Amino acid sequence: MNVDLCVGCGACAEKCPGKFDDTYNAGLIKRTAIYVEYPQAVPLKYGINPDVCLKLTKDKCGNCQDVCPANAIDYTQTEETITINAGSIIFSPGFTAFNPSKFDNYNYAGFPNVVTSMEFERILSATGPTMGHVTTFPGLPLKPKKKKDKLLAEKRKDPKKIAWFQCVGSRDINKCDNPYCSSVCCMYAVKEAIIAKEHAGGDLDCSIFYMDMRTPGKDFEKYYQNAKEKHGINFIRSKVHSVTQNPDTNDLDIRYVDEMGQIIDDTYDMIVLSVGLEISEETKDLAQKLGIDLTPGGFCKTGSFEPVTSSRDGIFVSGVFNNPKDIPESVLDASAAASAAGDALSRARDTLTLELEKAKEINVAGERPRIGAFICDCGSNIKGVVDCEAVTQYARTLPYVEFADEAMYACSQDAQNKMVEYIKEKKLNRIVVAACTPKTHEPLFQETLSNAGLNKYLFEMTNIRNHNSWVHKNNPDIATQKAKDLVRMAVAKAALAEPLKEEKIDVNDSVVVIGGGLAGMASAKSLATQGYKTHIIEKKEKLGGEAHKLYKTAQGEDVQTHLDELIKEIEQNENITVHCNTSLESVDGFVGNFKSTLKTNGKELDLEYGVAVLATGAKAFVPDEYEYGKDDRIITSLDLDKMFKENDAGLDAINSAVFIQCVGSRQPDRPYCSRVCCTHSIDNAIELKERKPDMDVFIIYRDIRTYGEKELLYKKARELGVIFFRYDVDQKPEVSIKNDKLLIELIDHVLNQPIQIEADLLTLATAIVPRKDEKLANFFKVPLNDEGFFVEKHAKLGPAEFATDGVFLAGSGHYPKPVNEAITQGRASASRALTLLAKKDNLFTSGVVASADPLKCSECGVCVSICPYSAPGFMTDGRFEGKARVNAVLCKGCGLCVASCRSGALHLRGFDTSQIFSQIFALGEVV
Amino acid sequence: MSNKLTGSVVVIGGGISGMLSALDLANSGYYVYLVEKGPSIGGVMAQLDKTFPTNDCAM
Repeated sequence: MNVDLCVGCGACAEKCPGKFDDTYNAGLIKRTAIYVEYPQAVPLKYGINPDVCLKLTKDKCGNCQDVCPANAIDYTQTEETITINAGSIIFSPGFTAFNPSKFDNYNYAGFPNVVTSMEFERILSATGPTMGHVTTFPGLPLKPKKKKDKLLAEKRKDPKKIAWFQCVGSRDINKCDNPYCSSVCCMYAVKEAIIAKEHAGGDLDCSIFYMDMRTPGKDFEKYYQNAKEKHGINFIRSKVHSVTQNPDTNDLDIRYVDEMGQIIDDTYDMIVLSVGLEISEETKDLAQKLGIDLTPGGFCKTGSFEPVTSSRDGIFVSGVFNNPKDIPESVLDASAAASAAGDALSRARDTLTLELEKAKEINVAGERPRIGAFICDCGSNIKGVVDCEAVTQYARTLPYVEFADEAMYACSQDAQNKMVEYIKEKKLNRIVVAACTPKTHEPLFQETLSNAGLNKYLFEMTNIRNHNSWVHKNNPDIATQKAKDLVRMAVAKAALAEPLKEEKIDVNDSVVVIGGGLAGMASAKSLATQGYKTHIIEKKEKLGGEAHKLYKTAQGEDVQTHLDELIKEIEQNENITVHCNTSLESVDGFVGNFKSTLKTNGKELDLEYGVAVLATGAKAFVPDEYEYGKDDRIITSLDLDKMFKENDAGLDAINSAVFIQCVGSRQPDRPYCSRVCCTHSIDNAIELKERKPDMDVFIIYRDIRTYGEKELLYKKARELGVIFFRYDVDQKPEVSIKNDKLLIELIDHVLNQPIQIEADLLTLATAIVPRKDEKLANFFKVPLNDEGFFVEKHAKLGPAEFATDGVFLAGSGHYPKPVNEAITQGRASASRALTLLAKKDNLFTSGVVASADPLKCSECGVCVSICPYSAPGFMTDGRFEGKARVNAVLCKGCGLCVASCRSGALHLRGFDTSQIFSQIFALGEVV
Repeated sequence: MSNKLTGSVVVIGGGISGMLSALDLANSGYYVYLVEKGPSIGGVMAQLDKTFPTNDCAM
């Protein structure tokens, strides 16, 4: 396949007889030998699977070459070896889903209604093989041809009861070799159950069988509680032993032991195996070739203080290969790896990238509109329904249209080149393209306009595919008429288009990092290494933050040694200025142009900077229960760390130590999981056991949440003899001091009996609480959530930045996190900030912004209060003092202010009232 | 080690993580080679229906 020529029309696949498993749909259906993975694939280029192509295997067929309109099929292509010179490598090979075929007790391979979570994901998807319809026998073709399949298909039904089995291929060394927790399965199972109920209706019975529910991410715990309380999903703490199939109905009978020790038999229509994440053998081989060290689980070995750096110099890692993780953490890893790779190459920055040359813009002011209209066939996508030739003919008759042309693919490179020629030759000064969606293709056409010297806003695109040919397939006449209407409307609007100016934004390229903890220091270090003047503002007398209180990381590194090194590096970096004992008194301005006043020991200092990183961290909750504060033997996790750090002599005298988990977390007043406490307590329990093996150590918990390879610590603790008791939130353990004895009473969940432990030391695993810094949030116009953590730009794709341009986020102020994750997010925030700072001379506002006419403004202030981006304000001086003015830098062009302005003073450039009305009137015209 | 640094990075893997590393680096002045084994980028995330905890469409 010659990818430069392929236009992605799909004519080849329609005629291809070869078939193989569609891996995109988890193998539930087949795909043709020439294929794209899915309709939205990037690049949208067809490829041939040489193992199943009849031409390549048997020299038969050749259909695709016959029908390809672009001559893109080339059967002679062979594998090429290309050598690349690069300064760094980022290795993010991802994972494969665990294959449960080898588990004979669940018989995934034999029972058609036992599916994997990946298959179920595709069943739920509107683009999947069942188009989102939840049905049994999902692997059968919709219209089966084989007799055996036909018989099964007769039994197909909408399931009424579905069960999810957790930890299939995770936390298991009995049936497979994966001792780690895959981190994501609890949450995706809850999600799949909720969505399945949405698709199938309320009476679908969903049950999740689990060992520990692990929902330690931001807003995850609430999601889990909602699943129970609002969606009625059953959570059953049990590992199901085996599954059998009713031979008549194919229903699935299961047997399990509940928490009370009762054996329960039940029947389900479908079972979803929540399969874990694995590193493939292929990836392990490649890792070996690259010479990087792996953990026992096959993941990349990285340190807590350089969490994306592999054991080999110059190779950085990210994603699931760097320990099992979900999407936002992979996104943070991605940016952190970019920051680390960039730090290593900072001297060579900008040496291999090229500046785009821009054509000089033609002044069209005052010219009569000369519109060029281009009608796209999109292969058969549009032309198969719409009479594109008639639409093109019609376009030629419209006012101001000088030229109209039909293109098989208006987006192809040759069509773009032609467009440039036509613009020059016909002196066109407005362009209309009737094709697909502007969401994906507008920037491409606008670039073509710029290349031809036209202002890119002299462009109008109308969608005659998604809004027309795709939805009116059975009515080609009406679709053609609608295409004509859409083109007429677009031409009417384009005739009124004016060139718009993108204002240059001056960027001050120094940075302020607020908070000198691990996350803030990691961020500052990367920014400074890549050449930016960075100020760290720390309210305490020294850098380091909460990390000063920690003993060891989950990987056993000594925190204080590493912290001291990092602080020294920061203090010696000539691009970093540290302001300790300093508070932020004010913030003015916007992206690229912030101004602040700092106050250090009463002395004020003004600072100008372009971007800010908020890394203000969080703090430990002070317990208000379990007799805390009434006895010296009752301490918090951080107190115990302090004892370890100081090698406290009192440790030797302890014969019985108890930990109580979730102190202040996962309860109505603080409905989130603090993420770090399970690992922290287990780590400390191991430390106690290793110091004094005959000590009795108990951990009283609700769910153990040692996600990823931290699970190995949980395993180690059990092996060392640490005893785990579980409690329910409505039956908390009770602590009392009687006759100087420290007693902990609880109901044991296995015996269902009260038990009493006498302890010499009780450690409370306290919640991590946010600083709820409303003043800082207001300064930078960034939101806080109900609990007081900062709200990032996007829960999945923007976890290290805010919706406010130029303001970035790192550390536990976002959500509680351990050392390695705080540093990852610190680096990630630096990388995100770098992309903005790198545009220093190249940052422009959009042309599509609101502007206010001061002569019409009545100073009512509605625009000021309604704008979510704080773009409108009142002028403070000059002739129009008190009138509204819109800051183009902050304006996102949403139009809220324009619609709400009662004086008609506000206009949205590119979408002015006259343009909108012209479109509406054009629609009403009778053809 | 030679004193001459090459201002380019190879990113192996075109899933969500690889793609975002590539974008960050390209946008901060480094030349990027994004290497993907399959015919298109996007990785496993493109196969997912919705994403927790917001139930946003993964695509």
